[in-house]
Amino acid sequence: MSLQRVLFGDNQFFGVNHMSEDKARAQSMRFRDAASIMKVLDDAYDAGIKVFMCTTYDRVGEIADIIKANPTRYPDFEFYPCMPYAHKYANSVGEVGILETLKRFSPSGVMGTLMTGAMSAITQDVNKMLRLLVDAEMKRFEGVKTPVIFLQNVVTDLILGVKGYQFLAEFHRYIKEKYNAEAGFITMNLPLLIDVLHDLGIENPIVCANVNKIGFRMCGGVEKYQETIARNDARVIAMSVLASGAIPPKEALEWVCGLEGLDSIVFGASSKGNIVQTKEIIDDLWQLPK
Amino acid sequence: MVKVALIGAGKMGLSHFAIISAHPEVEVVGVCDSAAFLTSVISKQLGVKTFSDYKKMFKEASPDAVIISTPNSTHFEIAKNALELGIHVFLEKPLCLNPAEGKKLFEIASSKNLVNQVGYHNRFIGTFQEMKRLVQAGAIGDLYHMEGKAYGQVVIRPTKSAKTWRSKKSEGGGCLHDYACHVVDLMNFISDVPSKVRSAQLQSIFSADIEDAVFAQFEYKNGTTGYLEANWSDQSVRKMSTTITAYGTKGKIVTDRQELRLYLSPGNTFEGFDDGWTSKYITELQAPVNFYMRGEEYSAQLDHFIDGILGRDTSVETNFQTATATDEVIEQIAKLGKG
Repeated sequence: MSLQRVLFGDNQFFGVNHMSEDKARAQSMRFRDAASIMKVLDDAYDAGIKVFMCTTYDRVGEIADIIKANPTRYPDFEFYPCMPYAHKYANSVGEVGILETLKRFSPSGVMGTLMTGAMSAITQDVNKMLRLLVDAEMKRFEGVKTPVIFLQNVVTDLILGVKGYQFLAEFHRYIKEKYNAEAGFITMNLPLLIDVLHDLGIENPIVCANVNKIGFRMCGGVEKYQETIARNDARVIAMSVLASGAIPPKEALEWVCGLEGLDSIVFGASSKGNIVQTKEIIDDLWQLPK
Repeated sequence: MVKVALIGAGKMGLSHFAIISAHPEVEVVGVCDSAAFLTSVISKQLGVKTFSDYKKMFKEASPDAVIISTPNSTHFEIAKNALELGIHVFLEKPLCLNPAEGKKLFEIASSKNLVNQVGYHNRFIGTFQEMKRLVQAGAIGDLYHMEGKAYGQVVIRPTKSAKTWRSKKSEGGGCLHDYACHVVDLMNFISDVPSKVRSAQLQSIFSADIEDAVFAQFEYKNGTTGYLEANWSDQSVRKMSTTITAYGTKGKIVTDRQELRLYLSPGNTFEGFDDGWTSKYITELQAPVNFYMRGEEYSAQLDHFIDGILGRDTSVETNFQTATATDEVIEQIAKLGKG
């Protein structure tokens, strides 16, 4: 499967801005309901951006319901869900601890097995629990297209750190088996991740990482990223290409579109003007058909 | 290779585990936790040797260094044991619940020439480091007031019974030792340690045994004043957000994790800054790290710890002495705040 070249992101909808708390707050006020988000998604869709790459927040379910209910308006709309919404779990761990959090978010019975059951069965149980957590996150997307399903960077990178690589392989396998979709991995450590995925036998993996001219959150550095992407042995989606606004848009896009081997760009914007303009610049730079 | 062991595999312990495992000059020789379901996953799935008794781990795994992320009330005993065995110690914050214990730990560490560090990760954030530099270089003239605020959503509903140590006062739970200590430490880092806590209030919003909010007023030498507000029951913020403001005779600086905003009053300039407002962002202020998991500061603080052990970096960003100064302020707030 080849990826769509230009994807629409969701940070602007959910009060995330890596540079300014004020901007984040203003955005979260503007997008307090599904209708105001949908209006922007309409602008993106009509500008030719058919993929919404989004975190599995509860509210995304409302968006999915709207898409599902209007198949003639959105015949080509695709979601690339990114899971989990980590703050939900992190805040809960702070409040009630790891064990209670797992109980809170996983269907009953699983944790019981883990606690009381034979510890020799633990491998099986952990994987089973992870599968149930994936299913819980995917419930919101029943009935809409989700050809690529991502693991969020905090989880991908946690697994990379502790070298629990088999969990990445299991996620990849389960997404294919259960959802007939491809697994994607978001990371802040792109060169390391791609090597690991290759070693796991995952060919041409789908990965998403910060790719920007100033090297913001690109572990290994700009040159290493350039070399890795140019090898063309992974489908790479660039995010944070503007480095949260630290690079002027045109300069940022010219640099990132000039990278050899880059497959896609995901960006977020709130105004129709910005969306259309960014899409046009990328189309021109990549000479995509209009 | 530096042989590192970890004690505590909870929220912070797992984060440290991932970051330190990715360090190219570190070998993780053991993880100790009392929760069997965690150690079982770690040993079976990750192939790392696990222990339920840290003393046994010290003996069998003979680590060069240890990262301790256990409930606050256990910090002193575990750290003391490690130091006495000649093990370098990275300890989660706060250092101890009693400043006398922190002082003791610093004495032992110093006498044995061991690296000692506390997990005050905000000191490794580029925006706060730049703020410290500007304040201390006199960019805003004479400092007359410091303000530190932290909000987040940890306890957002009434707790019927204490679920973890974090909701038990006797084990060091509460907003004071979780959120407020970060703010105190950051204010100490950027300006100075207050000479006195003038007033303090601890407020329970949802919790039974602990405070969910902390308010305190500080006095510094030279008449500088300070104000602290910490609240972990604020659902309006997505994740913990900390803001420090410094007021000086020539301007002020407002800083959070993402952004530093400098205001210079009319006619004042400093280095390349003109009068009026100027913003500097984390994108230009943060040094890159080799492995990123959840913020550069978490990686940077552990890199600094390892660099200290390897003798490559002898600078002290935070140690048992600076953290004891923070504990002393916390103790005063606790005493006054009881009301």
